[in-house]
Amino acid sequence: MRRSKLLYVPFWATYVFLYLPIVVLVVMSFNSGDSAYTYEGFSLKWYGELAGDERIRTGLVNTLIVAAGSTAIATVLGTLLAVGLSRYTRSKTLDAIALMPAVLPDLVLAIGLLVFYNAIQLTLGLYSVTLAHALFSMAFVAAVVRTRLSGSDTSLEEASRDLGAGPVTTFLRITLPQLVPGIVAGALLAFTLSLDEFVIAFFTIGNAEPTLPIVIYSMVRFGVTPKINALAAILLLVSFTAVIAGQRMTRIGESRAQD
Amino acid sequence: MLKIDGVTRRFGSVTALDDVSLQIEQGEFFALLGPSGCGKTTLLRIIAGFETPDEGRVSLDGEDLLSKAPNRRPISLMFQSYALFPHMTVAKNVAYGLERERLPRQEIKQRVGEVLETVGLSAHAGRRPAQLSGGQRQRVALARSIVKRPRLLLLDEPLSALDKKVRADMQLELKRLQHEVGITFVVVTHDQEEAMSLADRIAVFDSGRVRQVDRPVALYERPRTPFVAGFVGANNLFRGTASGLDALKSEEFGMLPGTPLAELAADAPALLAVRPEKVELADESAVRGMAGTVVDVSFYGGVSHVSVEVPGHPGPILVAVQGAGSVRTGAKVKVRWNAEDAVIMADDQ
Amino acid sequence: MKSEAKARPAPRVRGRRLGALVFLSPGLTYLVVLLLVPLALVLSYTVFQRGRFGGVVREFTSENFARLIDPLYLGVLGGSLRIAALTTLIALLVGYPTAYLIARLPGRWRTLALVAIVLPFWTNFIIRVYAWIMLLSGPGLVNSALGKLGLGPFELLYHEGTIVTGLLYSYLPLMVLPLYSAIERLDPQLGEASANLGASAFTTFRKVTLPLTMPGVLTGCLFVFVPSFGNFVIPEMLGGSKSTMVGNLIRDQFLKARDWPFGSALALALIAVLVVLLVVQAWAARRA
Repeated sequence: MRRSKLLYVPFWATYVFLYLPIVVLVVMSFNSGDSAYTYEGFSLKWYGELAGDERIRTGLVNTLIVAAGSTAIATVLGTLLAVGLSRYTRSKTLDAIALMPAVLPDLVLAIGLLVFYNAIQLTLGLYSVTLAHALFSMAFVAAVVRTRLSGSDTSLEEASRDLGAGPVTTFLRITLPQLVPGIVAGALLAFTLSLDEFVIAFFTIGNAEPTLPIVIYSMVRFGVTPKINALAAILLLVSFTAVIAGQRMTRIGESRAQD
Repeated sequence: MLKIDGVTRRFGSVTALDDVSLQIEQGEFFALLGPSGCGKTTLLRIIAGFETPDEGRVSLDGEDLLSKAPNRRPISLMFQSYALFPHMTVAKNVAYGLERERLPRQEIKQRVGEVLETVGLSAHAGRRPAQLSGGQRQRVALARSIVKRPRLLLLDEPLSALDKKVRADMQLELKRLQHEVGITFVVVTHDQEEAMSLADRIAVFDSGRVRQVDRPVALYERPRTPFVAGFVGANNLFRGTASGLDALKSEEFGMLPGTPLAELAADAPALLAVRPEKVELADESAVRGMAGTVVDVSFYGGVSHVSVEVPGHPGPILVAVQGAGSVRTGAKVKVRWNAEDAVIMADDQ
Repeated sequence: MKSEAKARPAPRVRGRRLGALVFLSPGLTYLVVLLLVPLALVLSYTVFQRGRFGGVVREFTSENFARLIDPLYLGVLGGSLRIAALTTLIALLVGYPTAYLIARLPGRWRTLALVAIVLPFWTNFIIRVYAWIMLLSGPGLVNSALGKLGLGPFELLYHEGTIVTGLLYSYLPLMVLPLYSAIERLDPQLGEASANLGASAFTTFRKVTLPLTMPGVLTGCLFVFVPSFGNFVIPEMLGGSKSTMVGNLIRDQFLKARDWPFGSALALALIAVLVVLLVVQAWAARRA
């Protein structure tokens, strides 16, 4: 079919639209001037300022704590849930409930948790955020692991059960090893989601020391300065590396699975 | 009616079609025959408009075809995979082409009904393609193509996806339909039996070139090149040199009787081809013939294929005999034939 | 291939009940406690009263719903619907050709194109919004570029268009990916058959391509509309005080005005709209 050349306009527009802000962001982070608008020369000074900023350091540490904690919880619970839903029940309702945290708008989850924490009089802090993040991460981990499960061979498990192993043993020695790539992918996803998450953290952090997204939010509310650009550039680098690494890994995982 | 003139198509370093010229007459059932990769499908797609040739012209009834967009050519294409619209019923699929012609709804309905009747699918008009069998889907594809009364119908490997029994039925169907409706059919196939049974004339393709264009019988009895001789039907081939007489000079076997198709220079490399049914099995004590041992007898119902191993010839000689045959495996026999039953051609391989 | 594994029944060997218990209870308990109970609480608050100093007084009232029907708040809901719908529409109009062309790219380029679409999505959300503040403000790049052409400067920030831009930037990848998935699965010979039967490129799109990719279209629209509709960060940072969306209102009720019952009612309205949309989408998907 002869493709209209006109179709290429929205195609390129999409990519320019997506990347122009990023390019400008990164370029201006190296600005030697004080404004984020006029480029005066190359300088790394903003990165230096960034390194010295106490708020950002603590924000980063807090974010990492929350991400690690929520990923740990989400991975364990999510994997168990995935196995349970995939192999031990056929209830569509349970499927839906397990998926809900990923589908509901984050604002709804946020206010629900705020209300709940308040009702049980839990003092808000990093752990309340961690528990909250684990909630939606779990749904994603479960979804990823389930995809992996539905594609795998059940006959090995059936053989194990037939030979007398109970469900837990079967799981630990047969199912789990097969699932490892899916679990790792799910955990990576959970970790990334938590790192970046703002809305739920914002509602459930209370007066405790903030996570990095919240720090960035306050910085941005304050005004536009190249320091934020520098932070943005670093975060971009981290995200890009993570995505590309993840992509490589899934390709490796796929080619191994095909053996 | 359809004139293909010097069409060449290259894909990078591969030449899919090399200076191909053909002329197809009105009302003919024409076949493009060749092994996969020989370029026949590319030619079909060029005629349909989904490929453009690098060189050459194609005209239909005198009008240049290549300058027209694919949706403006009075040609219907039946895809190998049928390409039925999965989200439309059989009736809607068939009506699709007519709707594009902006015909009144009543007329569309009537013509769709007629053509479904012709292919025997009237009862399934309301079904979706997914609910039909392979043979039924093919008939929908056929109906969809002919309902527009195109001047030319192109069929891409129409019978390849069908079971053997259905295929035999469909072969008869196609021929009957073509005679009834009178459209010019051009079929692309790699199955030479199919081409032989369906077509009025066949163009044999090899590596982008047309090797021979002829009626099936002529192709079979008088192949003009080694490729055609080996491709169309089973054949016994002998290599040697031209002798200037009605014989092939063979190193291993001496003079083998055959009829040269054209003037061949003396001692030019030549190929002799003799069909299995023209080879006679004689007792080992016979005067004429090559000595050999029977290594296999396969019974095919009306005919038996006897394989005879003859020392000095690569591969067994195939002899086709009527009925169950009277030889057993291991028997010593002589194989022989007459000069008028074998052809000698230039060996270009 | 995947559906074959799913069609086999779960192993019916002894110990199935135990298995279900072991695997499902931790996750489900967590979900019940941290998802269902909170949601139930929020639902219950919609009929309670606001306490004097914030908090909730457990006395029944319908005033929260009464306030919802106030034209002011209905206006905000309507405005949010409008903004989300506009964003979704633009995302579809831009995303479909993009997905289509990506699907037509050869192997390596296709992967690159897909990764390039997804990459910005994995960067920090706030940073992405910040980038637009930077680009669209008075001294920002867009205005300076327009200035060089002798146009403007325009007030690009802090109105509805800015919000749409920000939402579009955040969620466009979520439209492209499902669309790509649906388009990629389409048999190219169907388009050829359609052309052979006499259809123009546009007719082929309308009668063959679009209907067959409709599930992808619906999924993409849902993926863009839902987060757009319930968003508060983008309207807050890019919309200024002029434009408020449902998300802003809810956030204000919970964190500033401390009127939790009303906030809950607003959240309920938000969920109601989304549920209606999901039902419509499911119904439309089944008809396709």
